[in-house]
Amino acid sequence: MTSKISSAVLPAAAPHTADRDRGTRIALILLGLGVAVAAPFLLYPVFVMKVLCFALFACAFNLLIGFAGLLSFGHAAFFGGAAYVTAHAAKVWGLEPALSILLGTASAALMGLVFGALAIRRQGIYFAMITLALSQMVFFLALQLPFTGGEDGIQGVPRGRLFGLFDLNQPLVMYYFVLAVFLAGFALIWRTVHSPFGQVLKAIRENEPRAVSLGYRTERYKLLAFVLSASLAGLAGGTKALVFQLASLTDVTWQMSGEVVLMTLLGGMGTLLGPVVGAGFVVALGNYLAATSLPVPVVIGAIFVVCVLLFRRGIVGEIAHHLRRRST
Amino acid sequence: MVTLFGIPTQALFGQLLLGLINGSFYALLSLGLAVIFGMLNVINFAHGALYMVGAFAAWLLMQHFGIGYWPALLLAPLLVGLFGVVLEKTMLSRLYKLDHLYGLLLTFGVALILEGAFRHWYGASGQPYPIPDALRGGQNLGFMFLPNYRGWVIVASLITCLGTWYAIERTRLGAYLRAATENPTLVQAFGINVPVMVTLTYGFGVALAGLAGVLAAPIYQVNPLMGSNLIVVVFAVVVIGGMGSILGAIVTGLGLGLLEGLAKVVYPEASNIVVFVVMAIVLLIKPAGLFGRER
Amino acid sequence: MPDTPMLEIADLHAFYGESHILHGVGLEVRQGEVVTLLGRNGAGKTTTMRAVMGIVSKRTGSIRFRGTELVGMAQHRVARLGIGYVPEERGIFSSLSVDENLTLPPVVKPGGMTVAQIHELFPNLVGRGSTQGTRLSGGEQQMLAVARILRTGADLILLDEPTEGLAPVIIEQIGRAIHALKRRGFTILMVEQNFRFAATIADRHYVMEEGHVVDMIPNDQLAANSEKLHTYLGV
Repeated sequence: MTSKISSAVLPAAAPHTADRDRGTRIALILLGLGVAVAAPFLLYPVFVMKVLCFALFACAFNLLIGFAGLLSFGHAAFFGGAAYVTAHAAKVWGLEPALSILLGTASAALMGLVFGALAIRRQGIYFAMITLALSQMVFFLALQLPFTGGEDGIQGVPRGRLFGLFDLNQPLVMYYFVLAVFLAGFALIWRTVHSPFGQVLKAIRENEPRAVSLGYRTERYKLLAFVLSASLAGLAGGTKALVFQLASLTDVTWQMSGEVVLMTLLGGMGTLLGPVVGAGFVVALGNYLAATSLPVPVVIGAIFVVCVLLFRRGIVGEIAHHLRRRST
Repeated sequence: MVTLFGIPTQALFGQLLLGLINGSFYALLSLGLAVIFGMLNVINFAHGALYMVGAFAAWLLMQHFGIGYWPALLLAPLLVGLFGVVLEKTMLSRLYKLDHLYGLLLTFGVALILEGAFRHWYGASGQPYPIPDALRGGQNLGFMFLPNYRGWVIVASLITCLGTWYAIERTRLGAYLRAATENPTLVQAFGINVPVMVTLTYGFGVALAGLAGVLAAPIYQVNPLMGSNLIVVVFAVVVIGGMGSILGAIVTGLGLGLLEGLAKVVYPEASNIVVFVVMAIVLLIKPAGLFGRER
Repeated sequence: MPDTPMLEIADLHAFYGESHILHGVGLEVRQGEVVTLLGRNGAGKTTTMRAVMGIVSKRTGSIRFRGTELVGMAQHRVARLGIGYVPEERGIFSSLSVDENLTLPPVVKPGGMTVAQIHELFPNLVGRGSTQGTRLSGGEQQMLAVARILRTGADLILLDEPTEGLAPVIIEQIGRAIHALKRRGFTILMVEQNFRFAATIADRHYVMEEGHVVDMIPNDQLAANSEKLHTYLGV
């Protein structure tokens, strides 16, 4: 019962566009880069940085659900856990920011290895429940361990000087650093999805027994994908800790795990850009709702319900579907 | 002071009692999850939220209509069950042909809506709910003091669990349920209206959660978030027990509650995570769960 | 109205998803008859039965049972009209005991057989009541699958390959049981690969090929048509 979730929703993750579209695509990429570079002059840099962190988080999550058919309901553990480690390394140990983030990422990778090894022993719905339960354990640990600061979290984390050279307290410097982190993570995901490894993952998603009978040791592929996804989620979480100079319980709750599911579902599972769009939408929505009296969880929950019932391809998936239908 | 293994027996039995009460709720909730999963193949993420709604229904009945505990014990689960029937009819039933994960995602959204709405209306602090008069006071058992209400909760949930087990395993209606879990198409071809059965099963499963909520109201106070962390523990219970067996769900729930109680005495820091640790160990040794069948 | 057939199928098309399985099947079964559907694997025999029961829900054309149109009817109502279904895979429930399996299908009409009569017909089932349904041998499971329909008062029985994979002794026993049912007045539509077995019981045979009925042979003309039949069935 490995997920038919994605195959039903999206015919192909990689757009099978012909060469004539290559130019359009390069143009689009350049346009996107241009927007990203110009964004801090048009919007609040902190807002855009938040979007980038969550976009990376959602892309990491999507690597599992969209390309391997594994629904993790515990990704907050990696995101929030890495945030704690990064914050601790930067604040208490006084490490250089990139190194702090690296440590956070490594801790997420390690956690991903342990959680993944346990969770891939079951499939489908059980996989989701196991990852959820394990991440809840991380939540309780974060609540109780001495170094996490309990309810307060780790506050006042110094951003420091990147490589000892660039002062990250300058908003623009911080912004371009975050952008670079995001692009590096996104490029890694892009490479992974289009690599032979990514093809095997898709084969597992479509039909795991067949992949097994073809001689693939699917467990290993799933575990590696899980560790990679956890690491990237950690990278996002560590970066976020520096942006907000804060690591807190919010980032390890199961509601956070749910939020990243929503970003991906809303943007389009199994599409490369979907999680980015979804993250932007959800973060913007959060900012908007903060200024109103509407209860945020109710709105988020309602979007969830609507997405699942009516809109399973997500924004990007829907657009891609229409474009494909028009072209054929 | 009397001690056992160096622990004062009063404290030990007190914590074990608390554990048994938590375990009763785990058992009731995981039982409902198992019944629903068997028929619908849906993991009902809204289960914890509906447990909370059950407690709130009892509280609201008392606040607005002066309806007391005993009628609420029947009415609140009925209301929750009715809500479940509507939810299944209007939303869940559209998802059966899709991947089962969509059921999880939908009910997750429903859980967020319910918890968010109640929090919006009633705030995050708990509302007290009085213990019914007939169950005030307690018994001195010699080795410990047992409050009557807590004894009642354990008995009531045990009766409900065993009654459900009997109904499913030993009655004609239960035979329909088991058969439809195995092969709904054929049961339908025998002239039984399976979609209606599915709807009622979901209603019954969530009504169990609502009942647990009413039972919990006088113990834990009525709080919009009372089900939110509980549901994750119950998921772990379900993974540990495996969803193949009704009795398994009951035994696992009670056992893990006791284990948690024990941990509170021996090593309090670990009491929150002991269930998850057990889950990890069970996954390593018997991935299908203690009572589960490999599928 | 003795002249209206009990079951009348006309221009029946049925689909599994996108694939079109039945292409205009037409046949009729009269009260008290035993009729078989013969044909190679994949000819559409099982699908015809599943279409009657509403299990294949994507269908067009007409299926009339005692004049009532079944196409478009809710699936669970079909059995309630008095049609009993014995599926090819027998469909014995493993989570139910033999007795629970036997009493599972609800009684839809008065006049069904009692458990005692059923036990007389299938002595193998006597004393096995508390056994888990799927612990029975293949032949006993087949008997149970037939037996549970007889209680319900259904008077048209759809039997899908009742002899498949069974030993000759058991086939003989099943054959006797079907004869007994016929004497009791049951009407039977039966899918059968084993046409020698079919010839011992049936009144008429429909031959199916690629989703059509291509021929109808009364049982008494079977010998005369044996060459034709061999070509149809490829035996």
